[in-house]
Amino acid sequence: MTKKQKKVLIRIIIAAVALVILFFIPFGAGFIPQAVKLLLYLAVYVLIGYDILRKAFKGILNKQVFDENFLMAIATVGAFVLAIYSGSGDYNEAIAVMLFYQIGELFQAVAVGKSRRNISELMDIRPDYALVEQGGELVSVDPDEVEVGTVITVRVGDKIPIDGRIVSGNTTLNTAALTGESMPRDAGPGDDVISGCINLTSLVKIETTREFGESTVSRILELVENSSSNKSRSENFISKFARVYTPLVCYLALALAILPPLVEGLILHNGFTFDTWIYRALTFLVISCPCALVISIPLTFFAGIGGASKAGVLVKGSNYLETLSKTSYVVMDKTGTLTKGDFEVTDVSPVGIDRHDFLKYAAMGEWTSTHPVAICLRNEYTREFPDEELKGAEEITEISGLGVMARIDRHEILIGNAKLMKRYGIDYNESTDTAGTRIYMAVDTEYAGYAIIDDAVKETSKEAIRKLKAINVSHVIMLTGDGDAPARRVADELGISEVYSQLLPEDKVSIVEKLISEKNDSEVLAFVGDGINDAPVLSRSDVGIAMGALGSDAAIEAADVVLMDDDPLKISKAIQIARKCMRIVYENIYFAIGVKVICLILGAVGLANMWLAIFADVGVMVIAVLNAIRALRTNS
Amino acid sequence: MKKSYKIDVDCAVCADKMEQAAKKTTGVKDATVNFMALKMNVEFEDGADAGSVMQEVLKNCKKVEDDCEIFL
Repeated sequence: MTKKQKKVLIRIIIAAVALVILFFIPFGAGFIPQAVKLLLYLAVYVLIGYDILRKAFKGILNKQVFDENFLMAIATVGAFVLAIYSGSGDYNEAIAVMLFYQIGELFQAVAVGKSRRNISELMDIRPDYALVEQGGELVSVDPDEVEVGTVITVRVGDKIPIDGRIVSGNTTLNTAALTGESMPRDAGPGDDVISGCINLTSLVKIETTREFGESTVSRILELVENSSSNKSRSENFISKFARVYTPLVCYLALALAILPPLVEGLILHNGFTFDTWIYRALTFLVISCPCALVISIPLTFFAGIGGASKAGVLVKGSNYLETLSKTSYVVMDKTGTLTKGDFEVTDVSPVGIDRHDFLKYAAMGEWTSTHPVAICLRNEYTREFPDEELKGAEEITEISGLGVMARIDRHEILIGNAKLMKRYGIDYNESTDTAGTRIYMAVDTEYAGYAIIDDAVKETSKEAIRKLKAINVSHVIMLTGDGDAPARRVADELGISEVYSQLLPEDKVSIVEKLISEKNDSEVLAFVGDGINDAPVLSRSDVGIAMGALGSDAAIEAADVVLMDDDPLKISKAIQIARKCMRIVYENIYFAIGVKVICLILGAVGLANMWLAIFADVGVMVIAVLNAIRALRTNS
Repeated sequence: MKKSYKIDVDCAVCADKMEQAAKKTTGVKDATVNFMALKMNVEFEDGADAGSVMQEVLKNCKKVEDDCEIFL
């Protein structure tokens, strides 16, 4: 609690205690005791409500009549005057209204402050210092002052302050604050590392490749801090509603105070009952405060965006959260989104020799080659048989454009494409399947099988598609530049029925435009890409989602939603977070407006008194705020 | 030209009022107030002097909501 809030709390406590004490004092019936009673109650009233009265007065001076302070001031002063006029001496009501109003305001301020802090804690990735070696000693400097190319030291437990490349030290990094992914990541010399990661196991030295202002941490913070400035339609609706609602209720209250008694008095000749109707009008004013709505909607979005950041999903504005929640088309780029985007051995099919020998011969034969295929083959061998020492073949002859010929363990090995097999008259199985790149092998002129090198599907892609369907995304569409057959096969493997293949990069925009024009206006199309060459499509779609965007400036610029790592499961997660947030928003809108309308009706017909009115007002606000904070939790 | 300012205000309605007041100030092309982040983003008209415009903005905001602050 801030100082301001503590002061209000103390006033609330004193006023409440004073009210209870006054209740038990038996004032006499005479004029003097009654006057004393009025003065004492008035003192309590002023204690609890002086700031409201002052603000209301200033509001009138500044021609800002219809604000909540004014409403509360009129309602409570009116109640006081009515109590004096009718001689009932019941001043409790006016004071209680002010008291509960203050309690409500205090609760709101504390809740808002708490969620502000919660969210800034979530995004607590801002590094405080960078350690730079100066004259043999480590000096801690402001990250802002570190120039590109400086070598900084990151100790165990520290955040990496600036993007850079490791020059010495092997460690594991915790990227949870950035990606929501709790699995630590290994990093060693030569690896690019991003700021915001926490160094877990050992001291590393990093050569910075960016300035602090350009580093991942700065860009993410900037994005998150500016995010809620893009207001959603619901927020704009509430602002407009509040602007209309309060004056409207005030005029209704005025009408309620004047018209019914005039009708009763002049037309029905039942006598004027101004005091009854004025009391009802004052009750109206108490209900007319739109606080619950006005606070809970932005709070929900704020919490929703905060919760999403925690899960590694950066949403650039509450408008995008709103749009994302309506997603029914998810269009995905294949390469880099559903697949890893780099090549590896996806299939080994040896003939006459075993898998181990096949991979070993391939790796040894390709020992000297820098061709991507060769690198894949070597990687596969060391990955599958990490205990074996990889050494080159005794004799390697590269046959340009075809492959290599090598001598290993007194065998003559041929590794290469179909043309190589043909040239040496090897009887190999020609395949019509066009998936990936096929590398054949022959051992001593005998065909020995093939390996397929392809862009591998991510482990979580299939599950990601299944999840999207499970949350009722009606169309999941894959776009790819690959040929029809391999595109179809990847799509079948993943369970995607709609595929557009053999696309040039510019075709993607026209496909997305076509899909957008065909769908209903109420449906939303989200495009998911890895951010490379995707900028035009990302900005053309209703919601552009860039994934694995750490380090890719263009994607962060063009996308509306940024997935911090490259896990496609985050797509459905993001949609679910958005939907939950919007559900809470609508719950709050309907709940708050509904209760207000009911109370207004009850108040108008005299069934609700001021006590009920203030309880409804503060109660609705408390419930709406607590509901809003729920949007912060994104685990379920 | 766009600039971002830290603000202090107590309630969401008041924040909305500040936004309206800022938008109406001469020299301001557009303004948004973010109550949750306690920030005001102001886009100035071409050629407007941010410093003097912001003084006006602050004055107008004080008019509609006495209990507010913009940290210039």
